[in-house]
Amino acid sequence: MPRIADIAKACKSKNAGPFEVTIDVVFDELAMYERVRATGVLGPALFAKLYNVRAEDVIFTEYPAGRAFKATIPRRVAAGDIGDTDVYGAQQHAPLLEVEIPI
Amino acid sequence: MQEFRQLSTSGLLGYGFPEASLAAGMARKPHMIGVDGGSTDPGPYYLGSGKCVNSRMSMKRDLRLMLHAALEHRVPMVIGSCGGAGGEPHLQAVAGIVREIAREEGLHFRLATVHAEQDKAWVKQELAAGRIKALRNVPELDNATVDRATRIVGMMGPEPIMHALDEGAEVILAGRSSDPAPWAACATRAQFPPAPAWYAGKMLECGATAALPKGHDCLLTTVDRDSVVLEAMNPIRICTPFSVANHSLHENASPCLHIEPGGLLDTSDCRFEAENDRAVRVSGMQWTQQPYTVKLEGAELVGYRAITICGTRDPMLIGIIDDFLASVRLNVATKAADFGVTPDQYNLVIRTYGAHGVMADWEPVKKTQSHELGFVVEVVAPTQELANAVLSIARVQMLHVDFPGRLCKEGNMAFPYSPSDIETAPAYRFSVFHTVEIDDPCAPFPIEYENL
Repeated sequence: MPRIADIAKACKSKNAGPFEVTIDVVFDELAMYERVRATGVLGPALFAKLYNVRAEDVIFTEYPAGRAFKATIPRRVAAGDIGDTDVYGAQQHAPLLEVEIPI
Repeated sequence: MQEFRQLSTSGLLGYGFPEASLAAGMARKPHMIGVDGGSTDPGPYYLGSGKCVNSRMSMKRDLRLMLHAALEHRVPMVIGSCGGAGGEPHLQAVAGIVREIAREEGLHFRLATVHAEQDKAWVKQELAAGRIKALRNVPELDNATVDRATRIVGMMGPEPIMHALDEGAEVILAGRSSDPAPWAACATRAQFPPAPAWYAGKMLECGATAALPKGHDCLLTTVDRDSVVLEAMNPIRICTPFSVANHSLHENASPCLHIEPGGLLDTSDCRFEAENDRAVRVSGMQWTQQPYTVKLEGAELVGYRAITICGTRDPMLIGIIDDFLASVRLNVATKAADFGVTPDQYNLVIRTYGAHGVMADWEPVKKTQSHELGFVVEVVAPTQELANAVLSIARVQMLHVDFPGRLCKEGNMAFPYSPSDIETAPAYRFSVFHTVEIDDPCAPFPIEYENL
């Protein structure tokens, strides 16, 4: 079964302001985006599990114009506060890479 | 006017751009040029300390080229969120560079500086009036938090910039601004509708990031009644429907709903069409007017920080690293207490690179496979002296604490530097991230004019 790392064009994270981090999974082709969407694997529950946040705190958007899925979640620690590990939020995407998509 | 052309030189003042791209952009006769100067992205230090995020040298390089271009073509130049955080010291740093360039190069123009730093008494008054709300994942504001803030800025919308243009300003340096504000201001002032005007601003604020390949470079947008055409000015970059649509993902909680001062930009129904092989036309964006809110951003001092960097190549130590670090913490507490410093007076953070230095609690890999581990040991305390003293103890414990099965009896860690202990800057945190509802979009943002 392919992993996101095998089929995505981009899988990335970044701050959306200092209190949230936003994670995008982008596909090359609309057809692949639609196949992935049809599996239902990418959704609030997945992000809640991977990042240990409540599903109701995940802002999840399917974005066909960009062939992308976006999830915005509360940060562990506000950007730059004591104990933050990633001021720009640019390296929080890795757990998604291993997620298997049954297509 | 049938269409309104606007140029952005790059994603941030001081990021640089090719001179040829600016020249190509000016050849298209834009009605204004601008660049965004700021972001919260580099963290709270810049707002708190008053330091600029980009260097004076890099900002001066960009400003000199932009000033010449704007003045020669007699079009306004607008810079938002000057100096990064857009507070008073940041604005004055950029204004100082602009005055210096004018003096050195014999340039004459009417300069407007738009101030964005906010008075704490006013913030508390608005708080008492119930007009301040917390943004998502942010605690409610209280007076004590306002008092503790080192600096609070308001994020202006387009209106103060429009006002400065009405007053004849040719160069406008704005403090903290909504990123699209410089362009939304000019396009709406030229009687173009807010939806395409704001959309163009959303794209322009990142320079040529909406093009492929991404890079710090110039973007031209052309706004008409109901659409925006985007085109990168460097021939090596092209905008495609996909690259432009995807740019809406960048640093936004939602790719479709963008809350701005005075309204909501909704791009859910946008259509992205190739205008030619280099440019993209976007249509179908919607603007809904909403009660006028201004975002407040504030930072407070957390303490003073000292760090040390070290690493281990010892497999026995790596095998029991969690227990070892617990011993280090215990010993630091005991030793610091011996000279009168209790654990509630400092924060000791030990980051373990090679295990979970990047993701901490979010790291799904629980057992490291690495043959070496790197550590950043950090102490934050109310004074630099105290931080240095506790860090010094922590460094010694990292080096010398014994552990079961220890063969590396001369020292546990490799330290790459002498001195090994590094005083970093004062540490800040974002403490205010709220909105305030206001009646007059210009009132919190006084404007000063000067003829250079």
